[in-house]
Amino acid sequence: MPEMRRETLFNAALALLLLALPLGAWLLGESYYVSLGARVAILALAGVGLNLALGFGGMVSFGHAAFFGLGGYAAGVLSHHAFEGSAVLNWPVMLEGSDSTLVLWAAALFLSGVVAAAIGAISLRTSGVYFIMITLAFAQMIFYMAVSLPTYGGEDGLPLYLRSGFAGLDLSDELVFFLVCYGLLLLAILLSFRLVGSRFGAALECARQNETRLGAVGIAPYPVKLTAFVLSAMITGLAGALFVELNGFVSPAMLSWQVSGEIMIFVILGGVGRLYGPIAGAILFIVLETVIGGYTERWQLFLGVILLMVVLFARGGVIGLVAGKARHD
Amino acid sequence: MTEAFATEPLLVLENLHKSFGALRATDDVSLSVEPGRIHALIGPNGAGKSTLIGQIAGALKPDAGKVRFLGRDVTGLSVPQRARRGLARTFQVSSLAMEFSALRNVMLAVQARGHSTFRFWRPVRNDRSLIDPAMAQLERVGLGARADLPVTALSHGERRQLELAVALAMEPKLLLLDEPMAGLGGEDSRRMTEVLSALRSEAAILLVEHDMDAVFSLADRISVLVYGRVIASGSVADIRASQDVRDAYLGD
Amino acid sequence: MSAAFIFEQLLNSLQLGVMLFVMAAGLTLVFGVMGLINLAHGSLYMVGAFFCAWVAGVSGSFWIGLLAGLAAAAAAGALVEMLVMRRLYDRDHLDQVLATFSLILIFNEGTRWIFGAQPLYLDIPAALATSVPLPGGGGYPIYRLVIIAFGVVTAFALYLLISRTKLGMQIRAGESDREMIGALGVDISTLYTLVFALGALLAGLAGALVGALQSVEVGMGEPVLILAFVVVVIGGIGSIKGALIGAILVGLVDTLGRAFLHQLFALALPPAEANGYGAALSSMSIYLLMAVVLAWRPKGLFPVNA
Repeated sequence: MPEMRRETLFNAALALLLLALPLGAWLLGESYYVSLGARVAILALAGVGLNLALGFGGMVSFGHAAFFGLGGYAAGVLSHHAFEGSAVLNWPVMLEGSDSTLVLWAAALFLSGVVAAAIGAISLRTSGVYFIMITLAFAQMIFYMAVSLPTYGGEDGLPLYLRSGFAGLDLSDELVFFLVCYGLLLLAILLSFRLVGSRFGAALECARQNETRLGAVGIAPYPVKLTAFVLSAMITGLAGALFVELNGFVSPAMLSWQVSGEIMIFVILGGVGRLYGPIAGAILFIVLETVIGGYTERWQLFLGVILLMVVLFARGGVIGLVAGKARHD
Repeated sequence: MTEAFATEPLLVLENLHKSFGALRATDDVSLSVEPGRIHALIGPNGAGKSTLIGQIAGALKPDAGKVRFLGRDVTGLSVPQRARRGLARTFQVSSLAMEFSALRNVMLAVQARGHSTFRFWRPVRNDRSLIDPAMAQLERVGLGARADLPVTALSHGERRQLELAVALAMEPKLLLLDEPMAGLGGEDSRRMTEVLSALRSEAAILLVEHDMDAVFSLADRISVLVYGRVIASGSVADIRASQDVRDAYLGD
Repeated sequence: MSAAFIFEQLLNSLQLGVMLFVMAAGLTLVFGVMGLINLAHGSLYMVGAFFCAWVAGVSGSFWIGLLAGLAAAAAAGALVEMLVMRRLYDRDHLDQVLATFSLILIFNEGTRWIFGAQPLYLDIPAALATSVPLPGGGGYPIYRLVIIAFGVVTAFALYLLISRTKLGMQIRAGESDREMIGALGVDISTLYTLVFALGALLAGLAGALVGALQSVEVGMGEPVLILAFVVVVIGGIGSIKGALIGAILVGLVDTLGRAFLHQLFALALPPAEANGYGAALSSMSIYLLMAVVLAWRPKGLFPVNA
């Protein structure tokens, strides 16, 4: 099938590009571009998470920033307490801070997963525009909570002075950090790939295409969608934890609806429901931000126009333009 | 659970009522379907046949009355719950996963039968345990050669056949068929009739149809629904002879 | 906590409520008639405010500015409808969300480009810059009462439009069955443009009026947009009556929450924490309200297509 071959080739090219450019920059001593590469990988990871719910599951969540931010705060709070030498909680359980990367990631995955289970359980009882609104509303609630509660900086956010490490890897090294982010991105894509091709994926796809049909064959749509929603949130939450490490800073801005919109932009620009779409979308977004942003502060105007053109005329995003219509078997 | 007698009906509708505002779509309907029988439900347009099918399948909740399936009260159960117990339904307007191929649509039903939806890793693309039973059903309805085409590429008649194949893959005890012949030409219609006739030993069928040739050749029992009420119920001969039915529907 | 303070907060609730109604009415009409979810509604609010401020600054008259703001918002709405929205009516919600989100970016950056990043000044007309005495002491700004009056008049005017005019009849028919009115010979194209421009006009009105109270700056429309969406969802999509009731509810919950919640917390907690929790809860309160309403009525209070 020529279309599938083209898509696979393009995907490989994208993955190689994302690896090669930062490596090349590192060899040339340009560490700024290595960090930029990490940023692209992290944003793409957030998009891979959203793509699972939105692209493959058809759930238009306008509140995924909630999980991005919760993952960030989970990692940030633990990291903050590790630096201060204080405990996060003394009651009902003793919860210490941590600078171990794996603990931070586990915390991010756990917090975003648990909150997504709660939000999804309620939101998935609605559909259509009500679902869009209620996911936005929940994200807004969490945003305002973070802004108003002074313990972790409130509106100003929380600066962090630690980069974590694990298994002998020190994430304060820019190249190591980039490679870790890149590795997680590819892992997440592999997970998505197997998920979408599995029996679960078949049920999820059917939930998107025709929910009535899914129920009619005897599979309840709600548990399938909820599971996908939670998995999607956890991946985006992990991206949030990495983002916080990259910037050394966590703030309520990560929870804003603008960030929810931006994550959607990565997914759309690359191609909804395309495995490597978020990589293409994140690369395009960062290129616009850095290249056009270098010429004018008004680069978001161009982003808006390009996004509009993509939505109106190039529905399949970058990958759609290159590789043609998606096949679903 | 008590043992069901051999003559216990598969499906029993007890005094079903359903109104939409002032419109009585289902007005005190009771009927039963025996195992191994084909029971046809006929009536003029707007008689409430699809509403009744919806209540049996679980998509609509009756205002009053009970639906009993395999001896159990299923009135409170959802569509997937009833489907898992062996109640398969086809739709008047084909409702399929349009981007999937015909094969993948049927494979989904096979997967559902096996209660194996929460498997996250193994690909279904080459899974013979799904593909083989699915192909068997597709061959049976005559779609074997078109299995890999997306539903969007299938003709109207082929989609009706596919709906039946999906329902059969669920290994149902009772098939609810909502106008399976609708829009089928002569050859397709004949084949559908043959397939349905051969199903008698596998599953009971409750068939809503307008195609009177098919009804009279297939049905063991016929119920006539007019303005939401069952005005007559009996064998083919009884119904053909009934004056009430002629007046209300057949217009002889 | 005096009677005057309570009365003042109630009036503030009403003022917020009617402005939210004016915003939400446009949003719910567009969604009800065209099935279009429009995130750029906040941008039209901003256009109304900016043009009002600019023309008022140039001409010296708030009222001329107001008219200019209305005209600009309606014109921008009609233009956007013809260029972009037309292509979105048949698309799914995701496409509509993304396309209108991109319009937010375009409008915001475009406005920054034309008017600069600094907020514009829009002054309350001198005649209305005084206060009226309230029962129990203190004063209440006349301008805010004027806003309430504008809101009530708009509600009444919309009611007359929807129930008594031919356009209103077409709107009601369009909300019930979109395909049918085309078949009946109504010029759908023009109807849709008119409805969208009407919604834009309402947004511009709210923007211009509120712009004199708060500042006229880029991005001012989005917070109001989100509130308006909450109102529409609570009231029921497509229902003007629902938008009114939803708006009053949201206005009450939000204003009274901000005014009194921290005092409630202060009964049990030290002042700094009480303020923090009070502010947090009052920001969240309207979303909690929405969740409660949806749990009780999943399609809102007065949905058009129940």
